[in-house]
Amino acid sequence: MNWFKYSSPQTFYPLAGRLVPLFYVTAAMLAAAGIYIGFFVAPTDAQQGEAYRIIFIHVPAAWMSMFIYVVMAMWAGIGLAFNTRLSSMMASALAPTGALMTFIALWTGALWGKPMWGTWWVWDARLTSELILLFLYIGFMSLQASIDDPRRADKAGAVIALVGVINVPIIYFSVKWWNTLHQGASVSLTRSPSMATTMLTGMLIMVFAFWFYSIAAALMRVRCIILERERNSDWVKQMNGPRT
Amino acid sequence: MNWGSVGEFLAMGGYAGYVWWSYGMAAACIALEIAALIARGRQARRESENTAGG
Amino acid sequence: MSELSLSGTLHSLAQRDLMIAFRRRADVLTTVFFFVIVASLFPLGVGPEAALLRSMAAGVLWVAALLASTLALHRLFAADHADGTLEQMLLAPQPLSLLVLAKIAAHWLTTGLPLVLVAPLIGLQFGLNTAEFPVLLAALLLGTPTLSLIGAIGAALTLGLRGSGLIALLVLPLYVPVLVFGAGAIEASAAGLGAAAHLSVLGALLLFTLVFAPWATAAALRIAVE
Repeated sequence: MNWFKYSSPQTFYPLAGRLVPLFYVTAAMLAAAGIYIGFFVAPTDAQQGEAYRIIFIHVPAAWMSMFIYVVMAMWAGIGLAFNTRLSSMMASALAPTGALMTFIALWTGALWGKPMWGTWWVWDARLTSELILLFLYIGFMSLQASIDDPRRADKAGAVIALVGVINVPIIYFSVKWWNTLHQGASVSLTRSPSMATTMLTGMLIMVFAFWFYSIAAALMRVRCIILERERNSDWVKQMNGPRT
Repeated sequence: MNWGSVGEFLAMGGYAGYVWWSYGMAAACIALEIAALIARGRQARRESENTAGG
Repeated sequence: MSELSLSGTLHSLAQRDLMIAFRRRADVLTTVFFFVIVASLFPLGVGPEAALLRSMAAGVLWVAALLASTLALHRLFAADHADGTLEQMLLAPQPLSLLVLAKIAAHWLTTGLPLVLVAPLIGLQFGLNTAEFPVLLAALLLGTPTLSLIGAIGAALTLGLRGSGLIALLVLPLYVPVLVFGAGAIEASAAGLGAAAHLSVLGALLLFTLVFAPWATAAALRIAVE
């Protein structure tokens, strides 16, 4: 099967259209299973009580926020290197979903931190890096939004996304260093005692739920982008049919 | 089963505010994203039809 | 017209930028004054208590330096873009990354270096111990060129775009490692722990950026102009 035939907006558009509902439905089913396990099977945590159940949202959102950024940078890089429009469109389609995941991770992180450590915000390495990741997403989206020419926007976005992806580990380690210097090893959202298997299972299922949801949303968005950018092309005109 | 009653479930051992505001915000964000995408899709289709008509 | 050697071209390019900066001294001074003003705002915000200010000194100095650097970035390519020199650079036989490096060097001399020179005064304002000044200067000397190099990528990407905050939005998150280790160096030294590790990391960041940033900036310039 020649997968490359889907590398043009024209052929990818209908394929994505068929995939979107599949991914949404799968995501919903996974989420239902994950939340069921999270609330009704996984036991109460000895130290954190019921508040720990926030991890079933927080951890998947955080992982997706980082994963999506890398995938976004990859597609942007491919678009830059091979001059393929669809790759760049995919990168632009991923960004808002990634930013949303980052926001959810930060919000749930704060709501988890308050009952645990008494403050609405904890400057630990993970949350602080997550905040900077949000800034990176916003930078990417703002840069693309302020460039009118779509191809320049694609390529400029690719440069900033690639620079960002190289910097994310550097930023993470410098924030980690900063955190241990200033706070000592007192608080960390990552330091959780070994989790019960049911908790882990629920969390993993939720990760997959978020993953499938992100794919569905990005595919839906890339279809919008394709229509917006390709609307003067013949295949779009043919698809819409002649106006009476 | 972890919960004796619906009341217990909703109370979340006293952490109700934190837990439900987390799940609620996540659900709201997702719903908003999907709604925005549906609206954007409709708008894009409409505009592409207008261009096609010329 | 005789062909200039590569080093000759770089030299004359840097010299030209320095001359232009000298003629527009106000721009250079604006950066320094912005640095001083921003730093002065912090005590007005948190109160004049000496111990508090001393503990904040390193962080405030660095944040003010970051912001002042960001402010000056748009000047890097704007003038050349406006008068067509930039397109000449793109067509030149010399490697664009080296031409860019020459411009960044000149830019640093007119923005980063003045900040380094003025920083000890701000340090005194915040009650920073003069024993920390060597570390302060070393950290800034290693850090500010990195800021210029990273900033150049942002300046190239946003060439010709309206909206003044965009370049800061792009570049400030990337500045975080320099901030962390730059301020950390001063604080480690003040705590008696020695700043060698921090300064080494700053040096490594500078080298890394020196290798990659001009190349990324050149790519960004081609994207912006073509």
